[in-house]
Amino acid sequence: MALGLEAKLGDTVLTTQLDAVVNWGRQNSLWPMVFGTACCAIEFMSAAASHHDISRWGAEVVRFSPRQADLMLVCGTISYKQAPILKRIYEQMPEPKWVVAMGACASSGGVYDNYCTVQGIDKVIPVDVYISGCPPRPEAVLDALMKIQDQIKGESVLEDRHKDFKGILD
Amino acid sequence: MNTTALELIQGAFPEVPCETSIDSVVLTVQPSELEKILSKLKNDPTLDFGLLLDITAIDYSDYPQKTDTRFYVVYTIRNWKDNLVVQVRTPVADPEVGVPTASHLWDSANWGERETYDQYGINFQGHPDLRRILNHWQFKGHPLRKDYVIDDRQICYESDSLEKEIKARLATKRIDDSTMEDLNTEIMFLNIGPAHNATHGAIRILSALDGETIVANVNEIGYLHRGFEKTAEDRTYNQIIPLTDRLNYCSSMMNNVAFAKAVESWMGIEITERAQFMRVVLSEFYRALDHLVCLAALLVDMGGLTNYWYLYNEKEAAYDFISRLCGARLTSSFTRIGGMYRDFYEGWEVDMENHLKGIEKGVADSLGLVAKNRIVHDRTQNVCCLSPETALSYGVTGPSLRASGVPFDLRKDSPYYNYDAFDFSIPVGSNGDIYDRIMVRFEEIFQSISIVRQAMKMIPKGPVNISDNQVTLPSKDKVYNNIEGLAGHFKLIFEGVKTPVGEWYDSFEAANGELGFHFVSDGSGKPYKCKVRPPCFYTMSGFHEMVEGEMIADAIINLSSINIIGGELDR
Repeated sequence: MALGLEAKLGDTVLTTQLDAVVNWGRQNSLWPMVFGTACCAIEFMSAAASHHDISRWGAEVVRFSPRQADLMLVCGTISYKQAPILKRIYEQMPEPKWVVAMGACASSGGVYDNYCTVQGIDKVIPVDVYISGCPPRPEAVLDALMKIQDQIKGESVLEDRHKDFKGILD
Repeated sequence: MNTTALELIQGAFPEVPCETSIDSVVLTVQPSELEKILSKLKNDPTLDFGLLLDITAIDYSDYPQKTDTRFYVVYTIRNWKDNLVVQVRTPVADPEVGVPTASHLWDSANWGERETYDQYGINFQGHPDLRRILNHWQFKGHPLRKDYVIDDRQICYESDSLEKEIKARLATKRIDDSTMEDLNTEIMFLNIGPAHNATHGAIRILSALDGETIVANVNEIGYLHRGFEKTAEDRTYNQIIPLTDRLNYCSSMMNNVAFAKAVESWMGIEITERAQFMRVVLSEFYRALDHLVCLAALLVDMGGLTNYWYLYNEKEAAYDFISRLCGARLTSSFTRIGGMYRDFYEGWEVDMENHLKGIEKGVADSLGLVAKNRIVHDRTQNVCCLSPETALSYGVTGPSLRASGVPFDLRKDSPYYNYDAFDFSIPVGSNGDIYDRIMVRFEEIFQSISIVRQAMKMIPKGPVNISDNQVTLPSKDKVYNNIEGLAGHFKLIFEGVKTPVGEWYDSFEAANGELGFHFVSDGSGKPYKCKVRPPCFYTMSGFHEMVEGEMIADAIINLSSINIIGGELDR
């Protein structure tokens, strides 16, 4: 037995919460921007190819313009030389946006504990999901995608998630 | 080969001390003599050393044997017709003063010397554009010097604008600021990369355009510089193998083989027959896979997405075989000094044959779309041509050099692992255009498949590792059941395989060209210095020669056609 407005309008209208409906849309149409620099980008190619088929999660519309994307996949090592560019491209993406650090290098610097490698991209930009592996299997990329979708489900559209973030280049 | 090469060089330079190191002749000359000797090596028709392979320096400050100066600069030069390699060493008394440049003799010296300056801080007098290449412009110090601490990280706050460089390049085309102010000429600057999808990795291309035509082009690399060479100095030889996976990550196994071969050839190790055949089978299989990825990406750039599925799906399928063999999809780490990690699994021949058939089908499907396609022909024939002389001068090797009509292939010219016993041919191009680079790669896939099939027929049974307790690990049975085995295992893991004191260069025909390793050993289990001669680096240094005068869209497919892999380009 419906109450209030729903009782009057019958099943012609569906009421829901703003967060729920917006997040439903966002989580099923993530447009990735692949920031591919190294080996992990080859594994992303596999995740996008027919065998693993990333389109099953609605994320096959790979954008190479950051301005059209809302999910940044950082696939590969980020050097100090590359870091300002990573930050610039992140800033060019419109809100809301999410970041996945794919593989050991993007997550922590990986085997490259040396003078030229940023020890994890979270020193430069905020990261939502980390994928382990060197390189991770394509299934792990898909798993990260599902984690991001889960995370989006619980978010509020009004909240600015990263306003307090401060990286080495800020 | 050694004696004739030594006699030839000693005859040409009677006053210079010569010695041999594996297959190369090493000359030690004073900086004042350097220019004379290099130019004689290049220009004398009896010597004809037309291919400058690599330039590096050595910092002897921690070396156990004392040397007269802290730094030496080494030029590695090849006469490809007669298969001769010469290394010219020269002492550097003061790095600030440095040594005379060789960039007027070989174009490849331009980037080679820039890298030596960047990594070691050695000046090259008369170099046209001596600035950093791998490290960023705000970097202080020189990381490969022994007194540079490996984790001294330096933040880069801003990218280099490259304005000075592109203007200098424009000036060589007689275009300066006054021409640009002229109303009828409109030069537009277009920057592509280093995070652009068309650059297939982290490369930056800055072009000055007149309409859609590229007037001048400069490139910046080093965005994927990961400090391979500095890191390798702190690893045992076997620990470096996983790092070599990540040089050219599209054909990791070939890097593994090249590295192990370089160390073994200095130690005088003859690996077992079965291991040699395994290395041939796997190298050629990976050569085919590497070309598949290159062509798949190239045809996507040209708008032929279907080719990507035809070609890349075969690569994806091959991961099943590779995973079963070595436990990883991309990063194989399959060789060890003295042999292989392990033997093939039972029944591998059937799987391999299925993959070869799959590749043949994928390539045939793709060729069906490409070979007689008018659009492909129009876009690639006589576009971005590279003449053989320019290619050699820039140190281009591998399929890109062969596409320019130079039939140089180490598998034929300096055969290792019984390559002379296989029946295969070296495809060469006639124009050195993009079309030739595509078709040489397609044909090389078929040749590699043929070599794999021949090797599969000939491969003998037997061990895959040599039995030398100074080199290979004892069997687990010995490690767990007797103290000798346990101690041997412990020593090898902790101290590494010890190589004799000395310096050497050894090379291998990788998918992209000549992959060389230049080592300096102090007798310990870790290399004192490990320098990679990456094929991509020198191919990329000639990129502007190919694209200037062409359209901007051609530059994109040209970049794919030379198959730049960031991992080995920047190391």
